[in-house]
Amino acid sequence: MDITSLDHDLNDYYLPSAGDYFSLLKPRVMSLVIFTAFIGLLVAPGTIHPVIGFTAILCIAVAAGAAGCLNMWYEADIDAKMKRTAGRPIPAGKIDRASALHFGVALSVASFLIMGLMVNVISAVLLAVTILFYVVVYTIWLKRRTPQNIVIGGASGAFPPMVAWAAVTGDVSFGSIVLFSIIFMWTPPHFWALSLFACKDYEKAGIPMLPVVSGESNTKKQIMLYTLLMVPVTILPWYLGFAGLAYGVTASLLGGMFIWLSYALLSEKQSVEKNNTGAKRVFLYSIFYLFALFAVLGIENLIGRVL
Amino acid sequence: MPLHEEHKKRAGRNYTLALILGGLVLLFFIITLVKLEVI
Repeated sequence: MDITSLDHDLNDYYLPSAGDYFSLLKPRVMSLVIFTAFIGLLVAPGTIHPVIGFTAILCIAVAAGAAGCLNMWYEADIDAKMKRTAGRPIPAGKIDRASALHFGVALSVASFLIMGLMVNVISAVLLAVTILFYVVVYTIWLKRRTPQNIVIGGASGAFPPMVAWAAVTGDVSFGSIVLFSIIFMWTPPHFWALSLFACKDYEKAGIPMLPVVSGESNTKKQIMLYTLLMVPVTILPWYLGFAGLAYGVTASLLGGMFIWLSYALLSEKQSVEKNNTGAKRVFLYSIFYLFALFAVLGIENLIGRVL
Repeated sequence: MPLHEEHKKRAGRNYTLALILGGLVLLFFIITLVKLEVI
C-alpha cells in the first residue's frame, strides 16, 4: 500500500459522534412514547414514588429507543432506498450495522434489567414484549410481507402506557387495555395517511404498504373505516369512568374532526400524487390528535388529584 | 477526517458517556435510598 492510498483511507474514515448514536434511537418516536407512558403512569390507580416513576419512564424511553435502533439495523437496506429515511445514520454511512446491533441489544437488556430490578417484574416483562414485538413481529416478520404490517405491528407502539400503568399497579388491568386499544386503533389511519403521500418511496423499497398493494382508493376507505372504529374506543375511558366529562367532550370533538378529515380525504377526486394536502392533513392531525387526547386525560387526572 | 476533528468528537463521546454513567450511578444511589425508605 502506498502512502497516498493510506492518506485517502484516513480522509474517508468517519467517527460516529454521540449525536449519531442518539439519532439511532428515533428521538421523535421516543417523545410520543415518553408522553403516552407518562400519562399511563398518571392515570393508573394508586401511587408510585416519583423516583421509581422517573426510572420507569426512563426505562420505557430507552427500550423504545433500543427497539428503534434495532429496527434501523435490520432495515438499513430499505432505508437507503427511501428519500425519507436515506439520511439515517446507517444508510448515511455514519454508523456500521454491527455497532447499531450491539448498541440496540445493550440498551434493550439494560432497560429490561433495570425495570425488573428497580420497578417490578410485570412491567419489565411487558417492556421485553414491546421490544420483541416491534423488532421481531413487526420489523423482521410482517413489514416486508403483508399490507397488514402496521395493523398488527402497531401493537408495539400501543404498549408504553400499559407498561407505565403496570409500573404503578403491578398488573395488567382493564383500564390499561383501553389505553392500549386507543393507540392500537389510531396507528393504522396515522400510518396509512403517511404511506399515501410516501407511496412511491415504499414502492421503490418493495414494502407492501396498503397503497402500494391495494391502491389509493382502498387505503382511503380503510382510513375512514379505522377512524370510525377508533373514535368510540377513545370515548371508552369516559364511559368506563376513569376519565371525566372534559375528556369525554374533548375526545368526541377531536374524534369528530378526525372523521371529517378522513371523509374529506375519501371524497377527494384528485389522486394523492397530484394533490397530497388531504393525506398530509390527516397525518399531521393524527399526531396532534393523540397528543391532545392524552394531554386532556392527564390534565384532567391531575386536576382531580389536586382538588 | 482531520485529526483535530476526530479528537473533538472523541472528547464529546467520552464526556457524554461519562455523564450517562455518572447519571446512572446517581440514579441507582437515589433508588437505593427510596427502597430503604430513607426518602
